[in-house]
Amino acid sequence: MTLNATVSQKSPLPGRGIAERLACAVVQPVLSRVVRRIASRHSSLFARLGPHQSTDFLIDPIELPFALHLRPDPQDLVLRAVPRDAAPRAGATIRGRFMLLLELIDSEEDGDAAFFSRDLEVSGDTEAVVRLRNALDDVDGSIAEETAAMFGRPGRAILSRLRRSYIPS
Amino acid sequence: MSLAELICPAGTPAALRTAVDAGADAVYCGFQDATNARNFPGLNFTPAELAEAVAYAHARGTKVLLALNTYPPAGKVDLWRQAADTGARLGVDAFIVADMGVADYIARTHPGTRLHLSVQAAASSPEAIRYYCAHFGVKRVVLPRILTIPEIRQIRKEIPCEIETFIFGNHGLMVEGRCSLTNYLTGQSTNMDGVCSPASDVEYKRHEDGSMSSQLAGFTIDCFGADEKAGYPTICKGRYTAPHRPEGYYAFEEPISLNLSKLLPELIDAGVHAFKIEGRQRSKSYVRGVVTAFRKAVDDIRAGRPADMADLVALTEGQKQTQGAFETKKWR
Repeated sequence: MTLNATVSQKSPLPGRGIAERLACAVVQPVLSRVVRRIASRHSSLFARLGPHQSTDFLIDPIELPFALHLRPDPQDLVLRAVPRDAAPRAGATIRGRFMLLLELIDSEEDGDAAFFSRDLEVSGDTEAVVRLRNALDDVDGSIAEETAAMFGRPGRAILSRLRRSYIPS
Repeated sequence: MSLAELICPAGTPAALRTAVDAGADAVYCGFQDATNARNFPGLNFTPAELAEAVAYAHARGTKVLLALNTYPPAGKVDLWRQAADTGARLGVDAFIVADMGVADYIARTHPGTRLHLSVQAAASSPEAIRYYCAHFGVKRVVLPRILTIPEIRQIRKEIPCEIETFIFGNHGLMVEGRCSLTNYLTGQSTNMDGVCSPASDVEYKRHEDGSMSSQLAGFTIDCFGADEKAGYPTICKGRYTAPHRPEGYYAFEEPISLNLSKLLPELIDAGVHAFKIEGRQRSKSYVRGVVTAFRKAVDDIRAGRPADMADLVALTEGQKQTQGAFETKKWR
Protein backbone atom coordinates (compact mmCIF):
# COMPACT_ATOMS: atom_id res chain seq x y z
CA MET A 1 0.00 0.00 0.00
CA THR A 2 1.43 3.38 -0.90
CA LEU A 3 1.36 6.39 1.36
CA ASN A 4 -0.90 8.18 -1.08
CA ALA A 5 -3.40 5.32 -1.14
CA THR A 6 -3.48 5.28 2.64
CA VAL A 7 -4.01 8.98 2.89
CA SER A 8 -6.80 9.00 0.33
CA GLN A 9 -8.75 6.41 2.32
CA LYS A 10 -9.05 8.72 5.29
CA SER A 11 -12.20 10.76 5.61
CA PRO A 12 -13.24 13.34 8.18
CA LEU A 13 -15.49 11.98 10.91
CA PRO A 14 -17.89 13.96 13.08
CA GLY A 15 -16.25 14.86 16.39
CA ARG A 16 -12.83 13.93 15.10
CA GLY A 17 -11.27 17.12 16.47
CA ILE A 18 -12.44 16.30 19.97
CA ALA A 19 -11.22 12.72 19.70
CA GLU A 20 -7.82 13.88 18.48
CA ARG A 21 -7.40 16.28 21.38
CA LEU A 22 -8.45 13.60 23.83
CA ALA A 23 -5.93 11.17 22.37
CA CYS A 24 -3.21 13.80 22.67
CA ALA A 25 -4.03 14.40 26.31
CA VAL A 26 -3.92 10.67 27.05
CA VAL A 27 -0.53 9.98 25.46
CA GLN A 28 1.28 13.17 26.47
CA PRO A 29 2.51 12.01 29.91
CA VAL A 30 3.90 8.88 28.28
CA LEU A 31 5.68 10.84 25.56
CA SER A 32 7.29 13.18 28.04
CA ARG A 33 8.61 10.28 30.06
CA VAL A 34 9.84 8.43 26.96
CA VAL A 35 11.74 11.34 25.46
CA ARG A 36 13.47 12.20 28.75
CA ARG A 37 14.56 8.59 29.15
CA ILE A 38 15.89 8.28 25.60
CA ALA A 39 17.72 11.59 25.83
CA SER A 40 19.46 10.58 29.06
CA ARG A 41 20.47 7.14 27.77
CA HIS A 42 21.58 8.24 24.30
CA SER A 43 22.96 11.72 24.83
CA SER A 44 25.58 11.25 22.10
CA LEU A 45 22.93 11.50 19.39
CA PHE A 46 22.57 15.25 19.98
CA ALA A 47 26.05 15.95 18.57
CA ARG A 48 25.03 14.56 15.17
CA LEU A 49 22.04 16.91 15.08
CA GLY A 50 24.39 19.91 15.08
CA PRO A 51 22.48 23.14 14.40
CA HIS A 52 19.21 21.24 14.04
CA GLN A 53 18.83 20.61 17.76
CA SER A 54 16.51 23.60 17.71
CA THR A 55 14.55 22.57 14.63
CA ASP A 56 10.88 21.75 15.07
CA PHE A 57 10.12 18.37 13.47
CA LEU A 58 6.59 17.22 12.77
CA ILE A 59 6.43 13.43 12.72
CA ASP A 60 3.15 12.36 11.21
CA PRO A 61 2.11 8.70 11.63
CA ILE A 62 -0.74 8.71 9.16
CA GLU A 63 -3.01 6.18 10.88
CA LEU A 64 -2.82 7.76 14.33
CA PRO A 65 -5.26 10.46 15.42
CA PHE A 66 -2.44 12.92 16.09
CA ALA A 67 1.02 13.95 14.94
CA LEU A 68 4.16 14.34 17.05
CA HIS A 69 6.05 17.56 17.55
CA LEU A 70 9.73 16.95 18.29
CA ARG A 71 12.32 19.60 19.13
CA PRO A 72 15.51 17.66 20.00
CA ASP A 73 17.11 20.42 22.01
CA PRO A 74 18.89 18.83 24.98
CA GLN A 75 18.34 22.03 26.99
CA ASP A 76 14.63 22.22 26.18
CA LEU A 77 13.51 18.84 24.93
CA VAL A 78 10.03 18.66 23.37
CA LEU A 79 8.04 15.62 22.28
CA ARG A 80 4.32 16.18 22.32
CA ALA A 81 1.24 14.88 20.61
CA VAL A 82 -0.56 17.53 18.58
CA PRO A 83 -3.84 17.48 16.65
CA ARG A 84 -3.03 17.91 12.97
CA ASP A 85 -5.15 21.03 12.73
CA ALA A 86 -3.17 22.61 15.57
CA ALA A 87 0.31 21.44 14.58
CA PRO A 88 3.08 24.03 14.95
CA ARG A 89 4.88 25.41 11.95
CA ALA A 90 7.53 22.74 11.40
CA GLY A 91 11.03 23.10 10.00
CA ALA A 92 10.75 19.57 8.64
CA THR A 93 7.95 17.04 8.34
CA ILE A 94 8.25 13.25 8.17
CA ARG A 95 5.16 11.22 7.24
CA GLY A 96 4.53 7.49 7.04
CA ARG A 97 2.77 4.58 8.67
CA PHE A 98 3.34 4.36 12.42
CA MET A 99 5.11 1.03 12.38
CA LEU A 100 7.34 2.11 9.50
CA LEU A 101 8.39 5.17 11.48
CA LEU A 102 9.03 2.98 14.51
CA GLU A 103 11.11 0.55 12.46
CA LEU A 104 13.07 3.46 11.00
CA ILE A 105 13.86 4.78 14.47
CA ASP A 106 15.23 1.34 15.32
CA SER A 107 17.02 0.90 11.98
CA GLU A 108 15.02 -2.20 11.28
CA GLU A 109 14.03 -0.55 7.99
CA ASP A 110 16.17 1.58 5.69
CA GLY A 111 15.03 5.19 5.33
CA ASP A 112 16.30 5.61 1.78
CA ALA A 113 14.49 2.45 0.67
CA ALA A 114 11.28 3.68 2.31
CA PHE A 115 11.73 6.97 0.47
CA PHE A 116 12.35 5.22 -2.86
CA SER A 117 9.18 3.15 -2.40
CA ARG A 118 7.24 6.32 -1.50
CA ASP A 119 6.19 4.85 1.84
CA LEU A 120 8.06 7.67 3.55
CA GLU A 121 7.47 11.29 2.75
CA VAL A 122 9.65 14.19 3.86
CA SER A 123 9.23 17.90 3.33
CA GLY A 124 10.77 21.10 4.62
CA ASP A 125 14.42 21.24 5.62
CA THR A 126 15.98 18.13 4.11
CA GLU A 127 19.26 18.63 5.97
CA ALA A 128 17.39 18.53 9.27
CA VAL A 129 15.78 15.24 8.29
CA VAL A 130 19.09 13.74 7.20
CA ARG A 131 20.75 14.78 10.46
CA LEU A 132 17.94 13.32 12.55
CA ARG A 133 18.07 10.08 10.58
CA ASN A 134 21.84 9.77 10.98
CA ALA A 135 21.70 10.64 14.68
CA LEU A 136 19.09 7.96 15.36
CA ASP A 137 20.92 5.45 13.18
CA ASP A 138 24.01 5.74 15.37
CA VAL A 139 22.07 4.58 18.43
CA ASP A 140 22.88 1.02 19.44
CA GLY A 141 19.99 -1.16 20.50
CA SER A 142 16.28 -0.64 20.08
CA ILE A 143 14.62 2.58 21.17
CA ALA A 144 11.23 0.92 20.68
CA GLU A 145 12.15 -1.95 22.99
CA GLU A 146 13.61 0.41 25.58
CA THR A 147 10.36 2.36 25.47
CA ALA A 148 8.25 -0.76 25.74
CA ALA A 149 10.37 -2.00 28.64
CA MET A 150 9.55 1.18 30.57
CA PHE A 151 6.00 -0.14 30.83
CA GLY A 152 6.92 -3.66 31.83
CA ARG A 153 5.29 -6.76 30.48
CA PRO A 154 2.24 -4.95 29.01
CA GLY A 155 4.54 -2.58 27.10
CA ARG A 156 6.57 -5.41 25.64
CA ALA A 157 3.42 -7.32 24.72
CA ILE A 158 1.99 -4.33 22.86
CA LEU A 159 5.22 -3.82 20.92
CA SER A 160 5.41 -7.49 20.06
CA ARG A 161 1.83 -7.44 18.81
CA LEU A 162 2.43 -4.30 16.74
CA ARG A 163 5.49 -5.86 15.14
CA ARG A 164 3.65 -9.07 14.32
CA SER A 165 0.93 -7.09 12.60
CA TYR A 166 3.38 -5.00 10.58
CA ILE A 167 3.83 -6.05 6.99
CA PRO A 168 6.48 -4.00 5.16
CA SER A 169 5.40 -2.76 1.72
CA MET B 1 41.42 -17.82 -6.71
CA SER B 2 41.50 -14.25 -5.38
CA LEU B 3 40.70 -13.51 -1.76
CA ALA B 4 37.36 -11.93 -2.70
CA GLU B 5 37.44 -9.63 0.31
CA LEU B 6 34.17 -7.95 1.19
CA ILE B 7 34.63 -4.19 1.62
CA CYS B 8 31.65 -2.64 3.41
CA PRO B 9 30.41 0.90 4.07
CA ALA B 10 30.08 2.60 7.46
CA GLY B 11 28.66 6.09 7.89
CA THR B 12 28.51 5.94 11.67
CA PRO B 13 30.23 3.98 14.44
CA ALA B 14 27.07 1.90 14.90
CA ALA B 15 27.02 1.08 11.19
CA LEU B 16 30.68 0.06 11.39
CA ARG B 17 29.96 -2.35 14.22
CA THR B 18 27.00 -3.67 12.25
CA ALA B 19 29.19 -4.28 9.19
CA VAL B 20 31.89 -5.99 11.24
CA ASP B 21 29.35 -8.21 12.99
CA ALA B 22 27.72 -9.08 9.64
CA GLY B 23 30.99 -10.43 8.29
CA ALA B 24 32.84 -7.58 6.54
CA ASP B 25 36.49 -8.29 5.77
CA ALA B 26 37.12 -4.55 5.73
CA VAL B 27 35.05 -1.47 6.46
CA TYR B 28 35.58 1.92 4.86
CA CYS B 29 34.67 5.20 6.51
CA GLY B 30 35.57 8.89 6.65
CA PHE B 31 35.92 11.90 8.91
CA GLN B 32 33.27 14.58 9.45
CA ASP B 33 34.73 16.98 6.92
CA ALA B 34 35.52 17.58 3.24
CA THR B 35 38.26 14.95 3.09
CA ASN B 36 35.83 12.27 1.92
CA ALA B 37 33.17 11.99 -0.75
CA ARG B 38 30.28 11.36 1.66
CA ASN B 39 30.56 14.59 3.64
CA PHE B 40 26.88 14.51 4.57
CA PRO B 41 25.21 16.18 7.58
CA GLY B 42 25.29 14.06 10.72
CA LEU B 43 27.37 11.36 9.06
CA ASN B 44 30.91 10.06 9.58
CA PHE B 45 33.43 9.83 12.39
CA THR B 46 35.24 12.06 14.85
CA PRO B 47 38.87 11.01 15.50
CA ALA B 48 37.80 9.65 18.90
CA GLU B 49 35.04 7.59 17.28
CA LEU B 50 37.45 6.29 14.66
CA ALA B 51 39.90 5.20 17.37
CA GLU B 52 37.16 3.14 19.03
CA ALA B 53 36.03 1.80 15.66
CA VAL B 54 39.54 0.65 14.71
CA ALA B 55 39.86 -1.13 18.06
CA TYR B 56 36.47 -2.81 17.60
CA ALA B 57 37.24 -3.91 14.05
CA HIS B 58 40.78 -5.11 14.70
CA ALA B 59 39.67 -7.12 17.72
CA ARG B 60 37.45 -9.06 15.32
CA GLY B 61 39.93 -9.40 12.48
CA THR B 62 38.36 -6.73 10.29
CA LYS B 63 40.37 -4.01 8.54
CA VAL B 64 39.48 -0.32 8.52
CA LEU B 65 40.06 1.72 5.38
CA LEU B 66 39.94 5.51 5.67
CA ALA B 67 38.49 7.38 2.71
CA LEU B 68 40.48 10.55 1.93
CA ASN B 69 39.12 10.51 -1.56
CA THR B 70 38.33 14.11 -2.37
CA TYR B 71 40.57 16.70 -4.01
CA PRO B 72 42.03 19.54 -1.91
CA PRO B 73 41.51 22.96 -3.46
CA ALA B 74 44.81 24.39 -4.68
CA GLY B 75 47.02 25.41 -1.78
CA LYS B 76 44.59 24.17 0.88
CA VAL B 77 46.03 20.78 1.69
CA ASP B 78 46.30 21.02 5.47
CA LEU B 79 42.95 19.38 6.21
CA TRP B 80 43.86 16.33 4.11
CA ARG B 81 47.35 16.06 5.60
CA GLN B 82 45.98 16.30 9.14
CA ALA B 83 43.40 13.63 8.34
CA ALA B 84 46.12 11.35 6.98
CA ASP B 85 48.29 11.91 10.05
CA THR B 86 45.34 11.18 12.34
CA GLY B 87 44.41 8.05 10.42
CA ALA B 88 47.98 6.77 10.55
CA ARG B 89 48.18 7.48 14.28
CA LEU B 90 44.95 5.57 14.87
CA GLY B 91 46.22 2.57 12.93
CA VAL B 92 43.92 2.41 9.92
CA ASP B 93 44.88 -0.37 7.53
CA ALA B 94 44.79 1.66 4.32
CA PHE B 95 43.95 5.06 2.91
CA ILE B 96 41.62 5.37 -0.07
CA VAL B 97 42.89 8.34 -2.05
CA ALA B 98 42.17 10.07 -5.34
CA ASP B 99 44.38 13.15 -5.40
CA MET B 100 48.02 12.74 -6.38
CA GLY B 101 49.13 15.32 -3.83
CA VAL B 102 47.39 13.45 -1.02
CA ALA B 103 48.81 10.15 -2.27
CA ASP B 104 52.31 11.66 -2.44
CA TYR B 105 52.06 13.07 1.09
CA ILE B 106 50.99 9.74 2.56
CA ALA B 107 53.56 7.78 0.59
CA ARG B 108 56.34 10.03 1.89
CA THR B 109 55.09 10.65 5.44
CA HIS B 110 53.56 7.27 6.28
CA PRO B 111 55.42 4.87 4.01
CA GLY B 112 54.26 1.77 5.87
CA THR B 113 50.57 2.36 5.20
CA ARG B 114 48.75 0.88 2.23
CA LEU B 115 47.31 3.18 -0.41
CA HIS B 116 44.19 2.25 -2.35
CA LEU B 117 43.27 4.29 -5.40
CA SER B 118 39.70 5.55 -5.10
CA VAL B 119 37.15 5.25 -7.86
CA GLN B 120 37.20 9.05 -7.64
CA ALA B 121 40.55 8.93 -9.47
CA ALA B 122 38.72 7.42 -12.47
CA ALA B 123 41.73 5.30 -13.38
CA SER B 124 40.36 2.90 -15.98
CA SER B 125 43.40 2.09 -18.14
CA PRO B 126 46.50 0.02 -17.33
CA GLU B 127 48.67 3.03 -18.11
CA ALA B 128 46.89 5.25 -15.59
CA ILE B 129 46.87 2.59 -12.88
CA ARG B 130 50.56 1.75 -13.40
CA TYR B 131 51.39 5.44 -12.99
CA TYR B 132 49.83 5.53 -9.52
CA CYS B 133 51.54 2.26 -8.59
CA ALA B 134 54.95 3.43 -9.78
CA HIS B 135 54.91 6.90 -8.22
CA PHE B 136 52.92 6.45 -5.01
CA GLY B 137 53.11 2.73 -4.29
CA VAL B 138 49.38 2.14 -4.72
CA LYS B 139 48.53 -1.45 -3.76
CA ARG B 140 44.92 -1.60 -4.98
CA VAL B 141 42.77 0.19 -7.53
CA VAL B 142 39.01 0.62 -7.22
CA LEU B 143 37.87 0.42 -10.82
CA PRO B 144 35.26 2.73 -12.32
CA ARG B 145 31.93 1.06 -13.03
CA ILE B 146 32.27 1.36 -16.79
CA LEU B 147 34.27 -1.77 -17.61
CA THR B 148 33.16 -5.19 -18.80
CA ILE B 149 34.47 -8.32 -17.11
CA PRO B 150 36.72 -9.18 -20.11
CA GLU B 151 38.17 -5.67 -19.86
CA ILE B 152 38.80 -6.14 -16.13
CA ARG B 153 40.49 -9.48 -16.83
CA GLN B 154 42.78 -7.83 -19.36
CA ILE B 155 43.63 -4.91 -17.06
CA ARG B 156 44.49 -7.35 -14.28
CA LYS B 157 47.15 -8.89 -16.51
CA GLU B 158 48.73 -5.51 -17.15
CA ILE B 159 48.93 -3.95 -13.68
CA PRO B 160 51.04 -4.75 -10.61
CA CYS B 161 48.30 -4.13 -8.00
CA GLU B 162 45.09 -5.62 -6.71
CA ILE B 163 41.67 -4.81 -8.16
CA GLU B 164 38.55 -3.84 -6.22
CA THR B 165 35.17 -3.51 -7.94
CA PHE B 166 31.83 -2.25 -6.77
CA ILE B 167 29.23 -5.00 -6.61
CA PHE B 168 26.22 -3.25 -5.07
CA GLY B 169 24.77 0.24 -4.70
CA ASN B 170 25.22 3.40 -6.69
CA HIS B 171 25.59 2.70 -10.38
CA GLY B 172 27.96 5.67 -10.74
CA LEU B 173 28.45 6.07 -14.46
CA MET B 174 29.65 9.64 -14.52
CA VAL B 175 33.40 10.17 -14.93
CA GLU B 176 34.04 10.02 -11.23
CA GLY B 177 36.15 12.70 -9.65
CA ARG B 178 35.35 14.91 -12.63
CA CYS B 179 31.59 15.40 -12.28
CA SER B 180 30.71 19.07 -11.74
CA LEU B 181 26.94 18.93 -12.11
CA THR B 182 26.29 19.79 -8.45
CA ASN B 183 28.66 22.76 -8.67
CA TYR B 184 26.56 24.35 -11.40
CA LEU B 185 23.47 24.54 -9.20
CA THR B 186 24.75 24.78 -5.64
CA GLY B 187 28.27 26.21 -5.81
CA GLN B 188 29.50 23.26 -3.77
CA SER B 189 31.79 20.64 -5.20
CA THR B 190 31.27 16.90 -5.10
CA ASN B 191 34.98 16.40 -5.60
CA MET B 192 36.42 19.07 -3.27
CA ASP B 193 33.66 19.52 -0.65
CA GLY B 194 32.56 15.89 -0.73
CA VAL B 195 28.90 16.68 -1.29
CA CYS B 196 26.84 15.57 -4.25
CA SER B 197 23.44 17.30 -4.03
CA PRO B 198 23.95 18.75 -0.54
CA ALA B 199 20.88 18.13 1.63
CA SER B 200 20.69 21.82 2.51
CA ASP B 201 19.86 22.53 -1.14
CA VAL B 202 17.36 19.69 -1.58
CA GLU B 203 13.63 20.18 -1.23
CA TYR B 204 10.76 17.77 -1.83
CA LYS B 205 7.31 19.07 -2.64
CA ARG B 206 4.14 17.01 -2.55
CA HIS B 207 1.42 18.04 -4.96
CA GLU B 208 -2.36 17.73 -4.77
CA ASP B 209 -2.43 14.82 -7.23
CA GLY B 210 -0.05 12.79 -5.04
CA SER B 211 2.99 13.43 -7.22
CA MET B 212 6.23 14.64 -5.67
CA SER B 213 8.85 16.90 -7.16
CA SER B 214 12.46 16.99 -6.06
CA GLN B 215 14.35 20.25 -6.32
CA LEU B 216 18.01 21.12 -6.01
CA ALA B 217 18.83 24.77 -5.30
CA GLY B 218 15.37 25.70 -6.53
CA PHE B 219 15.62 23.81 -9.82
CA THR B 220 13.17 20.96 -10.34
CA ILE B 221 15.15 17.89 -11.34
CA ASP B 222 12.37 15.30 -11.30
CA CYS B 223 8.68 14.82 -10.60
CA PHE B 224 7.49 11.37 -9.56
CA GLY B 225 3.91 10.30 -10.19
CA ALA B 226 1.74 9.23 -7.25
CA ASP B 227 2.60 5.55 -7.64
CA GLU B 228 6.05 5.92 -9.14
CA LYS B 229 9.22 4.85 -7.31
CA ALA B 230 11.64 7.64 -6.44
CA GLY B 231 15.41 8.08 -6.65
CA TYR B 232 18.09 10.28 -5.14
CA PRO B 233 17.87 14.01 -5.88
CA THR B 234 21.01 14.08 -8.03
CA ILE B 235 21.20 15.96 -11.30
CA CYS B 236 22.63 12.95 -13.12
CA LYS B 237 19.46 10.99 -12.33
CA GLY B 238 17.04 13.83 -13.04
CA ARG B 239 14.35 13.76 -15.69
CA TYR B 240 14.25 16.67 -18.06
CA THR B 241 12.16 18.01 -20.89
CA ALA B 242 13.66 19.12 -24.16
CA PRO B 243 12.11 20.32 -27.44
CA HIS B 244 12.49 16.82 -28.88
CA ARG B 245 11.44 15.06 -25.64
CA PRO B 246 8.55 17.08 -24.21
CA GLU B 247 7.41 14.14 -22.07
CA GLY B 248 10.59 14.31 -19.97
CA TYR B 249 13.44 11.81 -20.04
CA TYR B 250 16.54 10.71 -18.16
CA ALA B 251 19.21 12.73 -19.91
CA PHE B 252 22.21 11.15 -18.14
CA GLU B 253 21.29 8.01 -16.26
CA GLU B 254 18.33 6.45 -14.47
CA PRO B 255 17.68 5.94 -10.77
CA ILE B 256 18.84 2.34 -10.60
CA SER B 257 21.33 0.40 -8.48
CA LEU B 258 24.17 -1.87 -9.41
CA ASN B 259 23.77 -5.47 -8.26
CA LEU B 260 26.44 -7.93 -9.38
CA SER B 261 25.39 -10.81 -7.14
CA LYS B 262 25.06 -13.12 -10.16
CA LEU B 263 28.46 -12.16 -11.55
CA LEU B 264 30.58 -12.82 -8.46
CA PRO B 265 32.14 -16.09 -9.73
CA GLU B 266 33.11 -14.46 -13.03
CA LEU B 267 34.60 -11.45 -11.24
CA ILE B 268 36.66 -13.71 -8.99
CA ASP B 269 37.81 -15.67 -12.01
CA ALA B 270 38.79 -12.40 -13.72
CA GLY B 271 41.15 -11.67 -10.84
CA VAL B 272 39.16 -9.22 -8.73
CA HIS B 273 40.61 -9.20 -5.21
CA ALA B 274 37.91 -7.30 -3.37
CA PHE B 275 34.21 -6.55 -3.69
CA LYS B 276 32.95 -3.16 -2.58
CA ILE B 277 29.46 -2.38 -1.33
CA GLU B 278 28.48 1.27 -1.81
CA GLY B 279 26.39 3.16 0.73
CA ARG B 280 28.07 4.99 3.60
CA GLN B 281 25.05 7.30 3.58
CA ARG B 282 22.67 4.38 4.16
CA SER B 283 21.30 3.00 7.43
CA LYS B 284 22.41 0.14 9.65
CA SER B 285 19.46 -1.78 8.26
CA TYR B 286 20.90 -1.51 4.75
CA VAL B 287 24.40 -2.41 5.94
CA ARG B 288 23.12 -5.42 7.88
CA GLY B 289 21.00 -6.70 4.98
CA VAL B 290 23.47 -6.21 2.16
CA VAL B 291 26.62 -7.31 4.00
CA THR B 292 24.92 -10.42 5.37
CA ALA B 293 23.67 -11.38 1.90
CA PHE B 294 27.01 -10.90 0.18
CA ARG B 295 28.96 -12.53 3.02
CA LYS B 296 26.91 -15.67 2.50
CA ALA B 297 27.23 -15.49 -1.27
CA VAL B 298 31.02 -15.08 -1.21
CA ASP B 299 31.40 -17.88 1.35
CA ASP B 300 29.23 -20.15 -0.81
CA ILE B 301 31.35 -19.46 -3.86
CA ARG B 302 34.62 -19.97 -2.01
CA ALA B 303 33.29 -23.30 -0.75
CA GLY B 304 32.39 -24.35 -4.29
CA ARG B 305 28.64 -24.04 -3.75
CA PRO B 306 26.20 -22.06 -5.88
CA ALA B 307 25.57 -18.71 -4.21
CA ASP B 308 22.19 -18.51 -2.52
CA MET B 309 21.59 -14.78 -2.64
CA ALA B 310 18.89 -12.85 -0.81
CA ASP B 311 16.71 -10.55 -2.89
CA LEU B 312 17.97 -7.02 -2.33
CA VAL B 313 15.80 -5.13 -4.79
CA ALA B 314 13.84 -3.43 -1.97
CA LEU B 315 17.07 -1.66 -0.99
CA THR B 316 17.92 -0.44 -4.48
CA GLU B 317 17.49 3.08 -5.79
CA GLY B 318 14.22 3.43 -7.67
CA GLN B 319 13.74 -0.24 -6.68
CA LYS B 320 15.45 -1.26 -9.90
CA GLN B 321 18.77 -3.03 -10.38
CA THR B 322 21.22 -3.65 -13.18
CA GLN B 323 24.51 -5.38 -13.93
CA GLY B 324 25.41 -2.34 -15.99
CA ALA B 325 28.60 -2.30 -18.03
CA PHE B 326 29.92 -5.37 -16.20
CA GLU B 327 27.48 -7.42 -18.28
CA THR B 328 27.61 -5.43 -21.51
CA LYS B 329 28.42 -1.95 -22.72
CA LYS B 330 24.96 -2.01 -24.31
CA TRP B 331 23.27 -2.31 -20.92
CA ARG B 332 21.22 0.81 -21.47
